Amino acid sequence: MREFPPILQAKNLTKTYGENVIFKNISLDVYKGETIVIIGPSGTGKSTLLRCLNLLTPVDSGQIFLEGEEITAPSVNQDQVRQKIGMVFQNFLLFNHLTALGNVMVGLTKVKKMPHNQAKEKALQELERVGLADRAHHYPAQLSGGQQQRVAIARALAMDPLVMLFDEPTSALDPELIGEVLGVMEQLAHEHMTMLVVTHEMGFAREVADRIIFMEKGRIVEEGTPEDLFERPQQARTREFLGRISELYGKREKG
Amino acid sequence: MVIQFFTYILQGTSVTLAVTLVALPLGLILGLAFALLYNYGGLWVSRLAAVYSLAMRGVPPVALLFVLYFLLSGRLVNLSPFWAGSISLGIISSAYQMEILRGALQAVGESQMIAARAIGMSRFQAIRYIILPQAIRLAIPPWSNEASIVLKDSSLVYALGVPEILRRAQQLSATTQQPFLAFGAAALIYFILVFLANRGLDLLAEKTKLPNAAA
Amino acid sequence: MISFLEFFVRYFPDLLSGIGMTLLLTAEGILAGLVLGLAATLARTYGGKFWRSLAIAYIELFRGTPLLVQLFLLYYGLPGLGIALSREWSAFLALGLNSGAYQAEYLRGSILAVGEEQMLAARAIGMSKWQAIFYIILPQALRLAIPAWANEPVSLLKASSVVFLIAVPELMTRAKMIASRTYDPIRSYLAAAVLYLILVYLVDAAMKWLEQHTRLPGLSQARQK
Ligand SMILES: Nc1ncnc2c1ncn2[C@@H]1O[C@H](COP(=O)(O)OP(=O)(O)O)[C@@H](O)[C@H]1O
Ligand SMILES: [Mg+2]
Repeated sequence: MREFPPILQAKNLTKTYGENVIFKNISLDVYKGETIVIIGPSGTGKSTLLRCLNLLTPVDSGQIFLEGEEITAPSVNQDQVRQKIGMVFQNFLLFNHLTALGNVMVGLTKVKKMPHNQAKEKALQELERVGLADRAHHYPAQLSGGQQQRVAIARALAMDPLVMLFDEPTSALDPELIGEVLGVMEQLAHEHMTMLVVTHEMGFAREVADRIIFMEKGRIVEEGTPEDLFERPQQARTREFLGRISELYGKREKG
Repeated sequence: MVIQFFTYILQGTSVTLAVTLVALPLGLILGLAFALLYNYGGLWVSRLAAVYSLAMRGVPPVALLFVLYFLLSGRLVNLSPFWAGSISLGIISSAYQMEILRGALQAVGESQMIAARAIGMSRFQAIRYIILPQAIRLAIPPWSNEASIVLKDSSLVYALGVPEILRRAQQLSATTQQPFLAFGAAALIYFILVFLANRGLDLLAEKTKLPNAAA
Repeated sequence: MISFLEFFVRYFPDLLSGIGMTLLLTAEGILAGLVLGLAATLARTYGGKFWRSLAIAYIELFRGTPLLVQLFLLYYGLPGLGIALSREWSAFLALGLNSGAYQAEYLRGSILAVGEEQMLAARAIGMSKWQAIFYIILPQALRLAIPAWANEPVSLLKASSVVFLIAVPELMTRAKMIASRTYDPIRSYLAAAVLYLILVYLVDAAMKWLEQHTRLPGLSQARQK
């Protein structure tokens, strides 16, 4: 079923900040078209892992391969690699001086050097894809959080990435705005976009993930299908964490 | 020779410091008076103070210096260039210091006045014991900036023939035929003076800061 | 009072010819300062150790010494090293170098305000560091800098008056010439002061207009979060 080699492969990644070991010898294979959800307590190194995969932060040791080619090699052009790996941040990080359309276009015109008209057409398509064609000329400050995050997704998609990384894309959103962002992500999963998603939205994980990875203190504690983890967790730590999460989740739905 | 060079210019340093130490306190006293008049002086007094501030700050210091200098050294009274120049710089600075204090008074706010009046203080007592002690603390950082501006502007009295650092440098440049060294030394001394003044005032701000005051 | 008005009217044409030079020096100084200030800020924020130290030294030296001393160092001092500059060039350089050091500080403040994360987001879509600086950071930082920066033209206009001490034919120099011709320094310099006041008012109004017309919809709200 899986196409070899993995589209994104991490081998024995280790990352430290000074004395602080964030993670050690983490390995991870992401196959084409699959959606992987990473869960785990905060401070565990999930965001750092995503940033390392995108080469936004250098790893101390280990290798990362994209379509079988090592991107951690010193000779690699990192800017070109980042074009092929899309990233969506917790706090959106839209470019404040550009409209929604401008945000999606700027990577096309400045990085990919696409002609203006062609870039505009493509950007409008991407905005359409996230349901925001009618907001194209709004500035970030004129959009709701959910809309901003969808523009951020469109901005990443416009670069035609091989993989999309999501770092808690709904954590900064008011509860009533979470659905619209998860909806877009779900649709991407159905279109077989390859996605690596850090999230605490267990509903999304259960419905959409092909695999779930539970990370704690810089280690991968357990991984498996949603059924495996939710119904038959092997590790006591996993059970505990899922218990706490569903408690919180339940509270929020009541509240 | 280099040492003689420096000692000659250093004699000008005491004059520069003297000009600054006359101008700055004078500007503070006048500025405080104008700030209080602006804030508590009623409509017309307040407007007059505002016009004073706008007019003084809208004109280059050197232009004002010449007008005031000629008034103070002949027309109105007959002061020496040192005193006429220093007092003129003080008057010029008063408008800037007024703005600093005015902003600080406003930042302390009406509610402190109301609270002081509520425990039976007179308006004057409230200003003296409640408002000013707080306003002065708030004013220290921008006031430090003004202090180093006055120190630098003291070089303008060169034009009146007062033998401060720059005038000394010019004399040296003429006698030694080493203009770059002479003016370079003057620049270095100013740089050190401004640096020391800034550090000293930073320390003062640190010492007088209230606990939990916003940085 | 009437006599001052008469005086003012009589010598207005003389003074007017100085205004042109004053405005020219201010405009040149602002532009040169903008280029220098931008370069210094970029060197200080994004440069390696050498460029960073150089930029800091430039900014601190020019902010820490009087403009008049800088002017004299250029006009009287440089010939000692075999470099002779004309009055106009000395004035232009002194004003540009001085303004650049101040403009660098305005820009640095706003680059810091734009924040590291915008850089991160730009790198994430594959921009190089310098692409991110020019297409993402600077367009925002320059806009944010405008309110604080808008004080600089007025400030430099006033500062430009010290160049009369090397006899560049601007407004103050004209006033001085009138003073020595009429033996009436008070009225002469007062006339110059009035004209400066008007110029300052006009430049200030222009800056307010600029501030209002470069605002982004809703951006100020977004910044408060
Ligand atoms: N730039 C940094 N410098 C130093 N420490 C960092 C940095 N970024 C993250 N960390 C530390 O790394 C650890 C993991 O952080 P993070 O990857 O954000 O975890 P998570 O996303 O799982 O909550 C935390 O202890 C955090 O303090
Ligand atoms: Mg995180």
